Amino acid sequence: MPVRAVVRAAFYQDSVALMRVAQELRARPGVREAAALMGTPANHELLAAAGLATAETKAAGPGDLVLAVDAETDAAVAAALAAADGLFAARRQALEAAVRVLPRTLDSALRHLPEANLVAISIPGAYAAAEALRALRRGLHIFLFSDNVPLADEVALKREAARRGLLCMGPDCGTAYVGGIGLGFANVVPRGRVGVVAASGTGLQAVASHLAALGEGLSHGIGVGGRDLSTHVGGPMTLFALEALGRDPATALVVLVSKPPDPTVLPRIEGALAGLRKPAVVCCLGAPTREGPGRWVATLEDAAEAAVATIRGQAWHPRAFADPTRVRARLAALGARSDLVLGLYTGGTLAHEAGLLLDPLLGPGRARVLDLGADEFTIGRPHPMLDPEARAARVREAGRDPAVGVILVDLVLGRAAHPDPAAPLAAAIRDARTAAEAAGRSLAAVASVVGTRDDPQGLAGQVAALEAAGAEVLPSNAQAARFAALLLRPDLAPSLLGHSP
Amino acid sequence: MTLERLLAGPPKVINLGLEAFALELQAAGVPVVHVDWRPPAGGDPRLAALLAKLDDEGDEESRQ
Repeated sequence: MPVRAVVRAAFYQDSVALMRVAQELRARPGVREAAALMGTPANHELLAAAGLATAETKAAGPGDLVLAVDAETDAAVAAALAAADGLFAARRQALEAAVRVLPRTLDSALRHLPEANLVAISIPGAYAAAEALRALRRGLHIFLFSDNVPLADEVALKREAARRGLLCMGPDCGTAYVGGIGLGFANVVPRGRVGVVAASGTGLQAVASHLAALGEGLSHGIGVGGRDLSTHVGGPMTLFALEALGRDPATALVVLVSKPPDPTVLPRIEGALAGLRKPAVVCCLGAPTREGPGRWVATLEDAAEAAVATIRGQAWHPRAFADPTRVRARLAALGARSDLVLGLYTGGTLAHEAGLLLDPLLGPGRARVLDLGADEFTIGRPHPMLDPEARAARVREAGRDPAVGVILVDLVLGRAAHPDPAAPLAAAIRDARTAAEAAGRSLAAVASVVGTRDDPQGLAGQVAALEAAGAEVLPSNAQAARFAALLLRPDLAPSLLGHSP
Repeated sequence: MTLERLLAGPPKVINLGLEAFALELQAAGVPVVHVDWRPPAGGDPRLAALLAKLDDEGDEESRQ
């Protein structure tokens, strides 16, 4: 049972490159398990847990690449390790061919692109603040995708940015749209009149995708990172972005998406909304809706619908389902379920929204919602929007768990996300439903997809793949959560669906 | 570089980190330079932060 590992000293690769190479190694004949990781402390733990740690790997530092393979024969191990080197070399060649120059530092990059005005940073969090500060000091705006950046560093970065009149989007900013260009995980949406300020990447993606479906588009989508409205950070970038969109001639209406602002920060946000001189829609998930300033709504879908109605001068009221007749028919076809709704999410804000909707409908203990993109699940591995395997494994596990009656999932499309995320999710849903049936149970799967028809993955095809696996696909995360609740509590139908026609 | 000017057109980007982000921007026609970043100071974050601080303090002084 040979396990062999090699270390390539001072050979840095990003987490996506490592994931892709490890996937290709695992798919090789005779290979049982393979790892391609940087030698960080967290990764050493993963290697040990996977039985792939060797004397060689233990000496690797954070700047060193570890390749470890467990295969049926020595020949298969050697072939896999050789293949890994080839795969990294091919990636490098493709990158060099595409981008032509590969400077080693920010300053060197600036000599190649002196007109640069934004630095996108997605290096590991431990190093991100230093590079971000350097960029600010060069007068450059920042899109800081990296997570695990210490709070004190965030405060210092945003203070520096504010002092210099620069935008610091993030840390942990998954998505932004600047001048019509998507950064990070971004759906392909048209330009339009709605400006969004978002303390949530998937929240921005969901609002942008709903706007596109309604025939509207984004002027800009400015991400601020999930902690901007906390008491420690104090909302500096939210305030800065609101003020900028207030002045922006291309923006007719502003949407703010976040968790509830800290009570110490809320008055400043209300002041900024009151000073906008253009209409605003506020979706602070979990905050009680209130009377102005701005129109406060409860869900991401409602934010997009309210924005579009306001721009078009139409009346708008929130509704539980877009198509109650179809929902009634599907509920009748599926029949009621008992026990638990298990939410397995890749989008943190979508998970949060689902929990907020499910808990009051189902009462305590009947819904469990996991955000698989949270730090605790992503140490040493890429985000589940890039690497769908971790969620697929949990979906299959749910098929064997007699307590779970309904699984509730999101699927997030867009640039930089997995090229075909529905395929592994659909396969896992199929397996889970088959396993449940073999045990004499029936497992329902309820899904929603954040995406547009112009996304590289294509919205319609991704929805069809999930439906073919037996999932009920609803037009929004909020509707999917309500549908899941109705499967456990058919008695809620009159209040959520109105009375049968 | 004011925020108004940033928002006035497509950004011009320096990318540090995921190669995929640089390739996506390039495919969208955005001017982008990808930095061949690797962990400084052999991957010791504390030493790296200290080096960055010294580097930037020197930098600020040289401009004053």
